[in-house]
Amino acid sequence: MSHDGHHSIVIPAPGPEFVPHTVAHHFDSPVQEFQACKLGFWLFLATEILLFGGLFAAYFYFHEAYPETFRLGGQQLNWKLGAVNTTVLLLSSWTMAMGVRSAQTSQKKATILFCWLTVLGAAIFMGIKFVEYKAKYEHGFLPLFGGFEVADWFKDTHHVMKDVPHGHMFFAIYFTMTAIHGLHVLIGAGLILWIIKGASKGRFHAGYYLPVDLVGLYWHLVDLIWIFLFPLLYLVP
Amino acid sequence: MTTHTPHVDVHSGAHTGTTNYLNNTSGFMSWAGTLDHKRIGLMYLIGVSMAFLAGGIFALLVRLHLWSPDGALFTNEAYNQIFTLHGAFMVFLFVIPAIPASLGNMVLPLMLGAKDVALPRLNLLSFYLWVTGAALAMYSILAGGFDTGWTFYAPYSLYTNQAVISIGLGIFILGFSSIFTGLNFIVTTHKLRAPGLTWFRMPLFVWAIYATSILQVLATPVLGITVALVALERTYHIGIFDPRLGGDPVLFEHFFWFYSHPAVYIMVLPAFGIISECVSVHSRKPLFGYKMIAFSSLAIAIISFLVWGHHMFTSGQSTYAMFAFSFLTFFVAIPTAIKEFSWVATVWKGSIDLNSPMLYTLAFLIIFAIGGLTGVILGVLNVDIHLHDTYYVVAHFHYVMMGSISLAFFAGLHHWWPKMFGVMYNESLAKLACAIIFIGFNATFIPQFIMGSRGMPRRYAEYAAEYQPFHQASTIGAMILGCGVALMFGYLLASLFAGKKAMQNQWGGVTLDWMTPTPPPLENFHQTPVWRGEVYDYSTLDLRSTQTPVS
Ligand SMILES: [Cu+2]
Repeated sequence: MSHDGHHSIVIPAPGPEFVPHTVAHHFDSPVQEFQACKLGFWLFLATEILLFGGLFAAYFYFHEAYPETFRLGGQQLNWKLGAVNTTVLLLSSWTMAMGVRSAQTSQKKATILFCWLTVLGAAIFMGIKFVEYKAKYEHGFLPLFGGFEVADWFKDTHHVMKDVPHGHMFFAIYFTMTAIHGLHVLIGAGLILWIIKGASKGRFHAGYYLPVDLVGLYWHLVDLIWIFLFPLLYLVP
Repeated sequence: MTTHTPHVDVHSGAHTGTTNYLNNTSGFMSWAGTLDHKRIGLMYLIGVSMAFLAGGIFALLVRLHLWSPDGALFTNEAYNQIFTLHGAFMVFLFVIPAIPASLGNMVLPLMLGAKDVALPRLNLLSFYLWVTGAALAMYSILAGGFDTGWTFYAPYSLYTNQAVISIGLGIFILGFSSIFTGLNFIVTTHKLRAPGLTWFRMPLFVWAIYATSILQVLATPVLGITVALVALERTYHIGIFDPRLGGDPVLFEHFFWFYSHPAVYIMVLPAFGIISECVSVHSRKPLFGYKMIAFSSLAIAIISFLVWGHHMFTSGQSTYAMFAFSFLTFFVAIPTAIKEFSWVATVWKGSIDLNSPMLYTLAFLIIFAIGGLTGVILGVLNVDIHLHDTYYVVAHFHYVMMGSISLAFFAGLHHWWPKMFGVMYNESLAKLACAIIFIGFNATFIPQFIMGSRGMPRRYAEYAAEYQPFHQASTIGAMILGCGVALMFGYLLASLFAGKKAMQNQWGGVTLDWMTPTPPPLENFHQTPVWRGEVYDYSTLDLRSTQTPVS
């Protein structure tokens, strides 16, 4: 918007398939806009890390309190599926980085392609997660649909955890951490779909690729948190 | 009119006439959908004032109930709900957002010479998150209320058959409102400073808000995950905080205080910022120890992450942890005392103008000295064992949270009122209200120090008869305090309709917030101002050129 003779700063589009970007009126330059948004997003990522920080603190606290429970609980998880998921997320981080790179170099088709590949990675991850949750549910390990009395969700159908104290504790932590992480995967996939929509309209190019950059950062964070979750939960030290 | 001082080039632009942020557009959506930091700040001001009045009414009900030893008004269950509502409203809906979100939003971009905050849409989102949190708090009252105290300690909060989940969700959402405000202010301070306005030329209010914002961003997510875990406990019984399931309620306390001790500084640092502005402007002197005050805000922000255990000296921690937490707590007193001494040194030999913002400031300096020093006493391990959970603690944190922070908020409100609205309140009534509030406040809480040190426990609905004189004195004090606050809101509101026009630069301030037209136009400055010279340099200000009435 212009005001009192202020003229909006417009970044021209590099080609007919792209649209120009108008810098928000309260910024004096495109660089200022870019840097401000990027700093804000890094701060937001810091809050995400601290949010998970509380969960990691709880993990270490109870791992210390019930080491046997955690060791045995970790053995109930399928580490092969976890490893596949780790690989999938790592690959999707690479495709996302390529998507950002393509946006920076005004390669519209490549941007859209790499973003779709990233969404595919997210879908495979959540699919495998679903298979894992289903197995845990059948073993009576998941705090879902368990009724509202004291921890009767923990049925331990095959009695594998009967010899360790508070067997549910590992699965409570496992469920809480992976469910909140899974929520982040879904949010990230949604954001990438939004990027795909914008990219197909030609909004992102060498002159303006900020949203692609930020969503890319978010996706790397989701990946990074999983990198910590996988060894802590599946390969309990 | 064009304001020229030798050090600051501000082209206010005479051609704009009388349009300002209040009247440049009208209609409901021009406010509800506004991205202007000043309008958002104003909406916050209305919101937090209403929360303050609600919390204040709950406080008066608590005090009236305690008039007689067996409780004068309510059942014990209702009393538990009312003191919880008082605490939750005051902490989460008023004190935490009050200064940054209302006055900070209004003034910070002005002080930086910016057109707006860096992320205006996020700013509006913060406001609506606050509204949603407030609505959930109201819903929780209608859904049966909650009686856990504002601290929501496990395991009671896991078992009580009340609306804990909805208020927990409310606090989670309010937390994100707070995070986004802090994030916005950090980015604004880094990226939107006017040319020439270096870090050590920024007004100290900006430094204070900046330090606050760091705490908001880094501490609040832990509160968020804590209330989320309480909600999971209540729905799925995951067992993390539940001792029946092998969980640990002390872990809840660690999580809660890891946020809530820094939260004390989220509340008090902005108050420090206001006091820094007021002592300088109304004594017409540059701040004594500018850099020391700026750095002490950051020092407080850092140390405040390392002292949370002092709330848990009776909860079961290792002895070594208690030593460390007690020792580190004393360290907070150092940067805090640096500030107090710097303010007093600034006032000393200044050309003091005893107007109402300055009177509130002086009241702050006295009350905060008491609130701070009684806190040091509570940091002593063996003393705290005796005073823990007594009225002594209640009186201490009210000297800080009500006495200091609210008085600083009032000081800021009176200081920037002419800037925000272009009108002046009735100064005689303002001085009278300040005196009534000061007397009423001390009359309320000095008796609480005494009965607390004699063993009166906090939060009890009934008490032993020997404490009755103290409780009655405290209740009378609270009524006086309530009258003072009611008077203050009365003349402030009246000034909007019948107040005389304010001056362009009402107090002769030399920071950029006083260099814009009054009230400011939509984008604050018609050209980005260029700052030259030092901060708080009163020698350069030609009062005659700035103290013209608002057109
Ligand atoms: Cu504390």
